[in-house]
Amino acid sequence: MSSLHGFDLRMQVNGQPVELEVGYNELLIDVLRDRLGLTGTKRSCDMEVCGVCTVLVDGQMVSGCTTLAWEARGKNVETIEGLAEGDKLHPIQEAFVEHNGFQCGFCTPGMILSTKALLKEYPQPDKATIQWYLHGNICRCTGYKKIIDSVEAAAQAQAQTAGAD
Amino acid sequence: MRAVGQSVVRRDAAEKVTGRAVYVGDMKLPGMAYAKLLRSPYARARIVSIDTSRACAMAGVLCVLTSEDLKGIDPYFGPVLKDQPILAAGEVRFQGEPVAAVAAIDERTAAAALERIEVVYDPLPAVMTLDEALAPGAPLVHETPPRANGMFSDVKNLIARASNVVHEFHYQHGEPTEELFQSPELETFDDVTTYPMIHHVMMEPYGCVADWQGDQVTLHAATQHPHPVRRDIAQIFGLPLSRVRIVVPYIGGAFGGKSYAKVEPIAAALSRACKLPVRLCLTAEEAFQTGRKPSARVRVRTAVSPDGRIVARHIEVYYILGAYADVGPRVTQKAGYTALGPYRIPNARIDAYGVYTNTVPAIAYRGYGVPQTALAYELQMDRIARSLGVDPIELRMRNVLRRGDRYTPSDSDFDADLPGDLAELRHGMPERGSRGPWTGQGMAVTLKTTIAPSLSQAMVRVHADGSASLFTSTVEIGQGAKTALAQIVAETLDIDMAKVQVILADTALTPYDQATSSSRSTTLNGYACQAAARDVIRQLRDIAAGSWGVAPEAVKAEGGIVKAADRQMSYGEALDSLFGMTGAEVVGVGTYAGAMGNVPLSGITPFWEIGLVGATVEIDHDTGETSVHELVSVADVGKAINPALAEAQDEGAVMMGLGHALWEEMVYADGQLVNGNLVDYRVARMGDLPARLESIMVENEDGPGPYGAKGIGEGATCAVATAVAAAVNQAAGIEIRDLPLHPERVWRALRDHALTAQQEGK
Repeated sequence: MSSLHGFDLRMQVNGQPVELEVGYNELLIDVLRDRLGLTGTKRSCDMEVCGVCTVLVDGQMVSGCTTLAWEARGKNVETIEGLAEGDKLHPIQEAFVEHNGFQCGFCTPGMILSTKALLKEYPQPDKATIQWYLHGNICRCTGYKKIIDSVEAAAQAQAQTAGAD
Repeated sequence: MRAVGQSVVRRDAAEKVTGRAVYVGDMKLPGMAYAKLLRSPYARARIVSIDTSRACAMAGVLCVLTSEDLKGIDPYFGPVLKDQPILAAGEVRFQGEPVAAVAAIDERTAAAALERIEVVYDPLPAVMTLDEALAPGAPLVHETPPRANGMFSDVKNLIARASNVVHEFHYQHGEPTEELFQSPELETFDDVTTYPMIHHVMMEPYGCVADWQGDQVTLHAATQHPHPVRRDIAQIFGLPLSRVRIVVPYIGGAFGGKSYAKVEPIAAALSRACKLPVRLCLTAEEAFQTGRKPSARVRVRTAVSPDGRIVARHIEVYYILGAYADVGPRVTQKAGYTALGPYRIPNARIDAYGVYTNTVPAIAYRGYGVPQTALAYELQMDRIARSLGVDPIELRMRNVLRRGDRYTPSDSDFDADLPGDLAELRHGMPERGSRGPWTGQGMAVTLKTTIAPSLSQAMVRVHADGSASLFTSTVEIGQGAKTALAQIVAETLDIDMAKVQVILADTALTPYDQATSSSRSTTLNGYACQAAARDVIRQLRDIAAGSWGVAPEAVKAEGGIVKAADRQMSYGEALDSLFGMTGAEVVGVGTYAGAMGNVPLSGITPFWEIGLVGATVEIDHDTGETSVHELVSVADVGKAINPALAEAQDEGAVMMGLGHALWEEMVYADGQLVNGNLVDYRVARMGDLPARLESIMVENEDGPGPYGAKGIGEGATCAVATAVAAAVNQAAGIEIRDLPLHPERVWRALRDHALTAQQEGK
């Protein structure tokens, strides 16, 4: 259904079907934060250059601040809220905790989701690949070294899990 | 020790990696309205008229404010001078200054309403640069001298006069430097450096939720200074301090930028006007229009003996403070005072000035004025070393302050081992034998005082089961205070860390703390927390002594148990024994109170913060591009309460400084800030991480904080840009004295150097 003001958006968010009426010019970040209460996705540059609002749409990194909500129709949107299972952290989250891959935490949701995309594409990335892949995620606190440590640890954990399967 | 000195997992870890940590922009109160600000398009203009009628008439608009609507309150703020209007009154003084504010049912409506406000401006000539501001007959940024705020006991000599120079600081000791500069036995060096305007780029821009109810207001604010902001709000609106509550949720980075009042006064005014909670969250672009680092021009003249000892130094510092003073006068005198550098200088003179211009206000920024002066004095140290044919580290070794020295004759004793720190750098950054022709190494060592005098109070409640809660007003800005303070309290109470809860920064609940700034929280707030925990222990020992009829000195507190001879009981049992029933608690309080004294800044610095960084770079001779291969920081931390977090903070300081070195600069053209956004303003990204970034911890346990801790949050930031500049100069044999070192600047220096060499060859 669509009307003069908007249309019915059907998508999956963190595996759950979601249906709501959104405006044609409504941004994905606003739908996630304001309409669905998923405030783990943070807002910063509004220009698609800082990576803070990164979410995954069908596994691809997308900046919520410059993506129209309708672009997600029929797709699966993954936000930081979808990673942990109850109290059990995702291995990437565990690696960031273990290696202090964050300080203020504001860039962290986007950084972790970008890492998820990275490890899907490059399961065993070298340091240069990590730096290249995450170049679009700005962190002003950590100096990046401990983020890279976290990503490397997450890759290792992922490899071990895969080996055990 | 079982808690202190351990790299325990951060307290905020699970919340932050799952997206459950709440920041101001995530908050939603019932009935909450959303605010937007209309900003001036001119650097300086008279406001002829503002017509808000069309905006007010819009559906969904709840209220529109201009300065006319703020008549019943004292609508000015500023931590040193009350020179900044909540909304511009009569005149705008920088492009981006808030002129009107709208609250509406959502942000989109508020933004649309801004476009329906009609402001007629009469543009006036603006002063955009230092030279324009100081020129005879220059337009005055403030035509009438502003009022003092009275918040700082150490700001003296505020000049109540109509001048673009808002504050001056002068100091001298020893013989007149001017005479020594003429001495034929000494070699005199004279250099001028400039340092650009730099933005904090905290990933979370400014934000506040104001909730005015009846005769009281609660502000959920992203601020480093909950108590000073409470004071400002109380003064502006004429409320008792007890009726103003500042609650600080998690903060997405601050770096000094969230010091003192920023968006809180206007958010409170909006909430008061529309009688609803109001959320005001700025965009990243608006953050650029809210504050920046003071830019600076520094001249340093130094007379040196043939054996490489500094005999005299005169430093002149001009900080360009922008349209409103904010903390600029304190930066001027505080960083002005330490502008001689960490050296023994028998004859010295300092002249520091803070100057108004029609640019974004200069506010606190990690380093607090020191990076600007360090660029001058440390690049000159390199020039002196080259001239004398001495190794740069050796030259510093000959001149640096020793433990127990005095920076100036009437100051407190110097408390760090600088020769030891320099030796660490030399050891940690061995010269490479295989360095290429366009590769260079540089270093810088810097000195900073912490805020003085300052005050922190803390409270520890020990509960009936022996667990404890710490109440203190430090703000968790990412530095890890919530974790480090828990470690200090657990260690002091000698209980398991898991039993210690930490409640931070709610002025209705947590005791007074002056500031989460100036590298002071772990050290000085930590001191208060430790004192509060000790107070609890003292009370528990007294209770046990009374119960057993022994002297308190005979009672020991260990592992959550009080014991004397063969008797012992848990903390909870001790409380039960006193009250005869269960559930009672004991409350301990602790205070850190800094001292005033007969020192040049009047507040005695509790510790001297050291910055020491070395850099290895390579220049692309054709493009002027600088590649940084190696950054090594020596962090003189006293005692690392949590080594992993101390290292993390130091690494972050280094990489922030790398941005300052190579790219960061706010550019003005025709009165407009032209790169105030994250597309055009470049900060360090992950790909910029050098092949080697190392933080070397020095733990001499010589700080005033718990277990010998001292502050480290700013040290490396003060030194890194200068170290990189020194390395670039060495790599190319050039003499760059201005930041940032973008390729064009380096390329031009290379070309000029080649042309000069060619001409000299003829």
